[in-house]
Amino acid sequence: MFDLLIKNNRFTCRPGETVLDALLRENVNIPYGCRAGICQSCVVQSLDVTPPAEAQGNLKDTLKSSGHFLACQCVPEQAMRLKLPAQEAGYTDCAVIGSELMNRNTRLLIIRVNDAHRYKAGQFVNLQRSDGLTRSYSIANIPQSSGALEFHIRCLPGGRFSAWVHDELKVGDSLRVSEPQGHCFYLPDRKEQGLLLIGTGTGLAPLAGILADALAHGHSGPIRLFHGSREKEDLYWTEEMRELAKRYPNLSYTPCVSSGDAPEGFAPGRANEVALAAHPDLSRWRVFLCGHPDMVKNTQKQAYLKGARLADIYCDAFVVSTEAAD
Amino acid sequence: MSDSLYERIGGEAAVNAAVELFYRKVLNDYRINRFFDKTDMDSQLAKQKAFFTYAFGGPNHYTGKDMRSAHARLVKMGMDGSHFDVVMEHLGATLHELNVPGELIAEAAGIALGARSDVLGL
Repeated sequence: MFDLLIKNNRFTCRPGETVLDALLRENVNIPYGCRAGICQSCVVQSLDVTPPAEAQGNLKDTLKSSGHFLACQCVPEQAMRLKLPAQEAGYTDCAVIGSELMNRNTRLLIIRVNDAHRYKAGQFVNLQRSDGLTRSYSIANIPQSSGALEFHIRCLPGGRFSAWVHDELKVGDSLRVSEPQGHCFYLPDRKEQGLLLIGTGTGLAPLAGILADALAHGHSGPIRLFHGSREKEDLYWTEEMRELAKRYPNLSYTPCVSSGDAPEGFAPGRANEVALAAHPDLSRWRVFLCGHPDMVKNTQKQAYLKGARLADIYCDAFVVSTEAAD
Repeated sequence: MSDSLYERIGGEAAVNAAVELFYRKVLNDYRINRFFDKTDMDSQLAKQKAFFTYAFGGPNHYTGKDMRSAHARLVKMGMDGSHFDVVMEHLGATLHELNVPGELIAEAAGIALGARSDVLGL
C-alpha cells in the first residue's frame, strides 16, 4: 500500500493496483481512455520520485524527464506526490459538422477544427465528451484541405462512447478534440516506393487518410490497399475505393471477406493473409497496418520477415477500451 | 586512449542496422526461433538492441545476474550451448554483411562469448 498525494489530499493505492484505478476508486476526476498505455489520455506527473520505467512507455523524452507517466500503466513502487493534468490541457472545443452512416454499424463523423494544418491524415486524436469520457480515433482525411477532421466510428456492442456518437451526438453539438498523436502517417519522400496498406474494420480510416495524402503528394510507386472484414456488410466505401482505383492507375484496391464465400469482386480470406500472399518480397516496400491489434502485430512480423525494413513498417493497433462491455 | 569498440563500429546507427539484419536471421532459423516471443516484436527489438549495444561494448546496464535471470525461462525451455552457438553464428554473419572489419567482429564476438555462462545459467 502506497500513498498518493495530490495537493493536500492523500489517497491509498492498493497492492497491484494502478494509479489510475486507485484514483478512479477514490472518485478523483481524471481523464483516461484506452487503459492500455496507448492513448496517453491519463498522463500525470510525479513531483518527487522517478516513476517506474514501464509507466513511461512511449512518452516523449521531454515528458519522461519531467516525471510524467501513464497512470493506467503505473503500479507504484513507493509513495508518490502527483500533479493531475489540467482538464483543459491540449483539448479544444470543436463543432460536429457532419454525421452519416457508411454501413450498418459504422458512422462517418466530421468535426471542424481551427488549426487543421497541425493534424496529419493517419494520426489519431482523443475525442472527449463533456463528462470526460474519452476515446481515440484515427483521422481519415487530409485535415488541411477541408479544415475538418473525419473519423470512422463503429458502434461497438456495449460501447459507451461509440453508442453515444451513433445515437445522440448531432450536427451542431460540440466535442473536445486533443492534440494529434501517433506516427502512422505518410511522409512525402521516396515517391517511387511501393506502399502496402492493410486494414481491418475501421482500420480503413487512417489508411484512407494516408492514401489520400500519398495521392495528393503525387506518389508514383504502386499503392496497394487491402481492406478486410468478416462479412461484406461490415466493409464500407467499396464503390468509392473502386472508383478511386480506376482514376489512379498506380492504385489497386482489394476488399476481403474472411467468413463464408466471398461475393464477386471480393477476395476470400483475411486481408493481411491475402495481401501477404500477393507480396512475397517486401524489401523495398513501405507498409501501413491498421486495425485489430493481433492482426497488426502478426502482420508487422510477417512483413519484416518478408524483407520490409523496420523503419518502413507503420502500425496503428486499435485497442478497444476494456470497459467497452460496461 | 583509442575509441571504444562501440564507437569504432559506428555507435547506435550500427546497432540499429545490425538488429535489422540479425533479428530477421534469428526468426527465420528453425533451430532457435522457438525461444523468441511469438507476438510482441517491439519488446523483442528493444532486447535485441540491448544485446548489440552490449556486444559492441557500448553503454548498457546489464550485469551477469541480469543475464541469468533474463534467460532462465529459456534455459528451462531447453536452451543450451548449441543454441548459443547458433546466435553467435548469426552475430558474425550479420556483422560480416555490414562490412564490419574482421578484427572488430572478433572483438564483438569475444564480448558476447563472455556472457555465455551467465546466459546459459552455468
